[in-house]
Amino acid sequence: MSTQPDKGRRAFLGTAAGAAALTTVAPGVFLHATANAAPRADAVTDQVRWGMLIDTSKCADGCSDCVSACDKENGLDLMIKPEGATDEQWAQQKPRWIRSVTIKDNLTDRVTTLPMMCQHCEHPPCVDVCPTGASFRRDDGIVMVDRHTCIGCRYCMMACPYKARSFIHENIQLKETAAPRGKGCVESCNFCVHRLDDGGTTTACQDACEHEAIVFGDLKDPGSAVAQALQSYDSVQIRADLKLNTGVRYTKI
Amino acid sequence: MMASRKIITSLLTALTLLFVVGLTYAETGVKGTAKADSLESCVAETPFMRRNHFELILHQRDITVHEGIRKTDDSLAGCVDCHARSDAAGKPVAVNAQGEFCAACHDQVAVSIDCFSCHTTIPGGE
Repeated sequence: MSTQPDKGRRAFLGTAAGAAALTTVAPGVFLHATANAAPRADAVTDQVRWGMLIDTSKCADGCSDCVSACDKENGLDLMIKPEGATDEQWAQQKPRWIRSVTIKDNLTDRVTTLPMMCQHCEHPPCVDVCPTGASFRRDDGIVMVDRHTCIGCRYCMMACPYKARSFIHENIQLKETAAPRGKGCVESCNFCVHRLDDGGTTTACQDACEHEAIVFGDLKDPGSAVAQALQSYDSVQIRADLKLNTGVRYTKI
Repeated sequence: MMASRKIITSLLTALTLLFVVGLTYAETGVKGTAKADSLESCVAETPFMRRNHFELILHQRDITVHEGIRKTDDSLAGCVDCHARSDAAGKPVAVNAQGEFCAACHDQVAVSIDCFSCHTTIPGGE
């Protein structure tokens, strides 16, 4: 019996690999279109990087539509104040994925309102410090917590320069299917990852913003609305000095 | 004679106790109201599922969280969707409630599961 590998099989595999490479490389746009149509069947790749541009000049003072849409989408509105906690404690501990932040330039008195959430950094400090690998960056740029491995140490909350993460202090009674949540884990904005995985292309906050202050999409697709907006407007990263290359950019701050 | 009477009395007491305990732990879900009740088998043969369902869920959880593949075949959401029953009023009953699909076996074999401290226990969430 020969110990040589089966040449016929090897030749077949070679041809098959060549054919697969052709179909994946050449019609890139076509693949993108099909990926958006149905629930994902293949693992996420770094061909896509999800990102957001927020136009703070369109963000209206006193409006909290994006925050409430986020709360509803991700089951945060189902949470109730724990027994024995004061309103003040609850206000401090209540998990929040988007915070509405108002900033004022003391020299000019110009006031700006903006939504602040996980900035989905390319080099996330929360991932650097996580002792279990629970805080991770998905190939498509979404920074998430794998709550199956999160031990609730909260190092990531300390490390995040954007104060984006929340901790769940008490047992949770009511949960959404798409947003599991439990005592002892850290969580933060995940760009409505369940929507994206099911073929969606928008986030809840973007859909809720009637001022069209939020543009969301694939930063790596030159045709996407967010890539084109980033090309036309002067945008900034908050704490750009940290060189984190954030996926959320702001304009007209 | 006295000894046998004692045995019979204690046996009767034990039976009564069992009956009472059975009543207290009565199931609230109505038989036949779960989607799974009308299906021949789960995503694999029943004996396989009995021994390996946790392996399937464990594998699926990693590919869902890290790779973004949320197909429902091996997902916990799929388990809940199919195995949750409804009560007499048509309201879904939690799969981990006493006597319901997940709890029935796990209580019997004293294996405590942690899925439902985070995941929803009824189809579609609360």
